[in-house]
Amino acid sequence: MQGMTIKAALFKLRAFIALIFIFSFFAFTSDAFLSSTNLIILTKHVAINAILAIGMTFVILTAGIDLSVGSIVGLCGMISGLLIDKGLVLEFFNLVIYFEIWVIVIISVVIGFLFGCVNGFIITRFNVAPFIATLGMLYVARGFALLINDGATFPNLIGKEELNNTGFPLIGSGTFLSLPYTIWIMFALALIAVFLTSKTKFGRHMYAIGGNTKAANLSGVNVNGVTLLTYGLSGFCAGVVGVIVTSQLISSHPATGTTWELNAIAAVVLGGTSLMGGRGSIGGTIIGAFVIGVLSNGMILEGVSSFWQKVIMGTIIVLAVMIDQLQTKFMSKDD
Amino acid sequence: MEKILEAKNITKNYPGVVALDDVNFNVYKGKVNVLVGENGAGKSTLMKILSGVEKQTSGNISLNNRNLEINSTKDAEENSIGIIHQELNFFPNLTVHENIFIANEILNTYKTINIKQQISLTKKLMLMLKQDIKPGSLLETLRIGQQQIVEIAKALQKKTQILIMDEPSSALSKNEASVLFNVIKELTNQGVTIIYISHKLEEIMQIGDVITVLRDSKFICEEKINKIDIPWITEQMVGKRSFESVNNTKTKIGNKIIEAKSIFLKKSKSDEYLLDNISFDSKSGEILSFYGLMGSGRTEILEIIMGLIKDFDGSIYLENNQLKHTSISKRISNGIVLVPEDRQGQGLVQCLSVSSNTLLSKISKNFRDFFLNSNQEKKAVKQAIDYLGIKVSNQDNLITSLSGGNQQKVVIAKALETEPKLLMLDEPTRGVDIGAKQEIFYIMKKLADKGLSIIFVSSEIKEVLAVADRVLVLAKGKITKELIGSELTEDSLVKYSQG
Repeated sequence: MQGMTIKAALFKLRAFIALIFIFSFFAFTSDAFLSSTNLIILTKHVAINAILAIGMTFVILTAGIDLSVGSIVGLCGMISGLLIDKGLVLEFFNLVIYFEIWVIVIISVVIGFLFGCVNGFIITRFNVAPFIATLGMLYVARGFALLINDGATFPNLIGKEELNNTGFPLIGSGTFLSLPYTIWIMFALALIAVFLTSKTKFGRHMYAIGGNTKAANLSGVNVNGVTLLTYGLSGFCAGVVGVIVTSQLISSHPATGTTWELNAIAAVVLGGTSLMGGRGSIGGTIIGAFVIGVLSNGMILEGVSSFWQKVIMGTIIVLAVMIDQLQTKFMSKDD
Repeated sequence: MEKILEAKNITKNYPGVVALDDVNFNVYKGKVNVLVGENGAGKSTLMKILSGVEKQTSGNISLNNRNLEINSTKDAEENSIGIIHQELNFFPNLTVHENIFIANEILNTYKTINIKQQISLTKKLMLMLKQDIKPGSLLETLRIGQQQIVEIAKALQKKTQILIMDEPSSALSKNEASVLFNVIKELTNQGVTIIYISHKLEEIMQIGDVITVLRDSKFICEEKINKIDIPWITEQMVGKRSFESVNNTKTKIGNKIIEAKSIFLKKSKSDEYLLDNISFDSKSGEILSFYGLMGSGRTEILEIIMGLIKDFDGSIYLENNQLKHTSISKRISNGIVLVPEDRQGQGLVQCLSVSSNTLLSKISKNFRDFFLNSNQEKKAVKQAIDYLGIKVSNQDNLITSLSGGNQQKVVIAKALETEPKLLMLDEPTRGVDIGAKQEIFYIMKKLADKGLSIIFVSSEIKEVLAVADRVLVLAKGKITKELIGSELTEDSLVKYSQG
C-alpha cells in the first residue's frame, strides 16, 4: 500500500478528468464557449451552486443532508430586500431603522446561520432524522419568505442616498481584477472550507462522526455540537447566496432558490462525497459544481433542448454515483 | 449411536487467519451434541459452515452418509438443517404465526395469506412443544424465553431435523432455561438432532449426550457426557499451553483511582437487574480483571464508568471525588478512557487514517487547540507506533489496511494519547492473533508499572490468569467472588462464574 498505483490515482481524480474532458469538448465544438465573457458568466453561475454545495458538503460529511438551503436562500434574500426597502419597523416604539448595507448583509447571513442551527438543534437534540427536520425547514423558511412581503417581491433595491443605504447591487455586479465579486467570494469560502475540513479539529471531527458516530462519541468528540454547527454553516452559506442573488437581480423574490438544494446535493455527490458520510472533500465539491455548470452552459451554447438537458444531467449524476460504487469495490480489492 | 451428520477435515481460512484447522465434527441422531470451546476457538465458524452462511475452504460434509454441498442457507434449509442464532432474528412488530411463517406464508387459492391455517398450524406446533404461546401475540410482548420458543417452532415448521442452537440459554433466567431444556428433551424424543453451543458447563452436563471440544481452531476431542466431569471439560478447553504470565513480578500498588459504590442497573422495560449492587475499587499500578460469562454485566460496568450508560443508581469516585456528570469528553479529560469491546463498531473510524484514528481522542481533549499541527501530529503518532510496536508502513494509510491486532493497538494508542489514569480494556484480544495478544499483555503490564490503573475484561480464562493481579468474578450482574494470588485458578474462575 506504499503510495498509490497510477490506476488508483486516476480513479481518485476522475471527477477532475471528467471536467477537463467536458470542458475541452465544448471548447472545440463551440466558438462562444471559450470567450472570456462566457467563462465569467459560467463561473458566476457555478459560484452560486458551489457556495451552497460547500455548506452541503459539511453536512453530508457527517452523514446528514440539508434540504432547506434553497428556502433559506429565498428567506435571506427577502430579509435583505425588506431591510433596504422598508427598514426594520419597530411598531412598539413607533420607529423605523434603516441600516447601512454591510449591516444588512451581516443580519441576512446571520439569520441564515441561525435557521441552519435550528435544523441542527432539532436533529441533535430531538433525534429527528436530518431528512425530515430539513424537509420541514424547507417549508417553514419558504413560508417566512412569502410572509415577509405577503408573497410580493422587493423590486429595485438600489437604496436611497438620504438613508445612507445605497450600493447593494455592487455585491452582485462589482468586479475586482476584472473578476466579479461573486467569484472571489466563492474562492474565499472554498479556501476557508478546505482549511476547516483538512486542518482543524472541527473538520477532523466531521469526518469522524460521518465515519463512525459511536466511535467518535466514545473518543470524546462532541458529536452533537459538531453536527449542529455543520447545519449552521450550511445555513450560513445559503444566507450568503441569498444576499448575492438578491444583489445580482437588484430585487428579492420569495420564490428564489426553489429546488436549489438539489443542485447543491448533486454537486457534492458528483465531487465524490459519500452520502453515507466520512468520505469526500471540498475540492471535489467545487469540481462537481463546475461539472454541472460547464455542462449546462455548454449544452445551452450547443442549442440542446432544455428538456434534453435535464435528461442528460440526471443521467450523469446517477452514472457518477454508480462509478463511485465501483470504486468502493475496486479499493477494497486493492487492500 | 447413529451418525446423522459428519464434517471431516474442515478448514476455513480468512485473509490472514485460520479460523478452522482440519476440524472433525460428528453429529449423532436424536442426541444433544454439545460443542464447546473458548471464544475464537472456531465454534461459530463451524456452525456458519453447517448452516450455509460461509463455505469451508476445504473438507467434506456428509449427511446420512451422503456427500453434501452446502453453498447457501437455502441449501442447509433444504437438507433440514436449521439454526437459532444467539442474537434472535425475529420481527418484533409481527405476531407469533406471522413470524413462524415469514417468507414461507401459506397461501390460499387467491394468493392471499391463509391466516386461519397459519394459526392452526402454529397451535399444533406449540402443543408439540408443550408451550402456551398464543399465535396472535406480537413478538415484542413476549419474554425472551418465549421468543426463543417461537424461533424453535419456526425451525420445526420447516421440517428441521438438525437444529443448531448457539448459546440459547445465555439471555435466559433459570426458569426460562429449564423450560428450554424440557423443549430440547421433547425434541430429541421426537427424533430431532440438536447441536448445542454453550459456555455454561453445568447445563452441558445436565442436558448433553456427546461433547466435542475445539481449541485454537483445532479439534481436540469427542467424548460421551456420562464419562466426563466439569474439570475435564475445562482442561480440554483451556489446554496446557498458556500465555507467558505477566503478573509474576510484584507491582507497586498505589492509590485508589476509581471506586464504584453500590451500582444498580435495570434492564430496560423489566424489573430484572443487569447490575445488582456492584461495589469495587481499582488502584494505580494494578491490573484488575472482571471475569464472567456473556451477559454477566462486565461491559455494562465499564460503560457506566465511561459515561456511556447514564441511567443507573449508585455513585462513582475518581481519586475520592464523586463523578456527577456523565459527559464522555469530560471523563476523558478527567483521565478515564475505554478501549471498547466492539472494535469495528465503537473503536475505529474506518474511513480515517491510522494517524487520524490515533489522535482522535487527544484532539478532542485539548479543547483550546482548534487548529491541527501536522508536524506535531506526525511526531506523536510515530512515538505511539514505536511504543506499541504497531506494524504499518505509513501512518497515513487507512486504518482498515491493518491486521486486527494492529488495529487494536491503534485503538489502545488512541486511548493512551489522552494520558489516562484509568485504562479500561473490554475484550482487547478479540479477533487478535496469539502473538499480538501476548504483546498487548506486555503493554498492559508496562502501563501498570508506570502507575496506570488498568481494568481488563475478558471471557478467556488463560488471559485472565496471565494478566490480572486481582479478579472479580461476575455472574448474572453480581460479584460472586474476589480472587487474588494463589486463589486464582481455572477451577475457581469457572466455579464462581456459573453463579
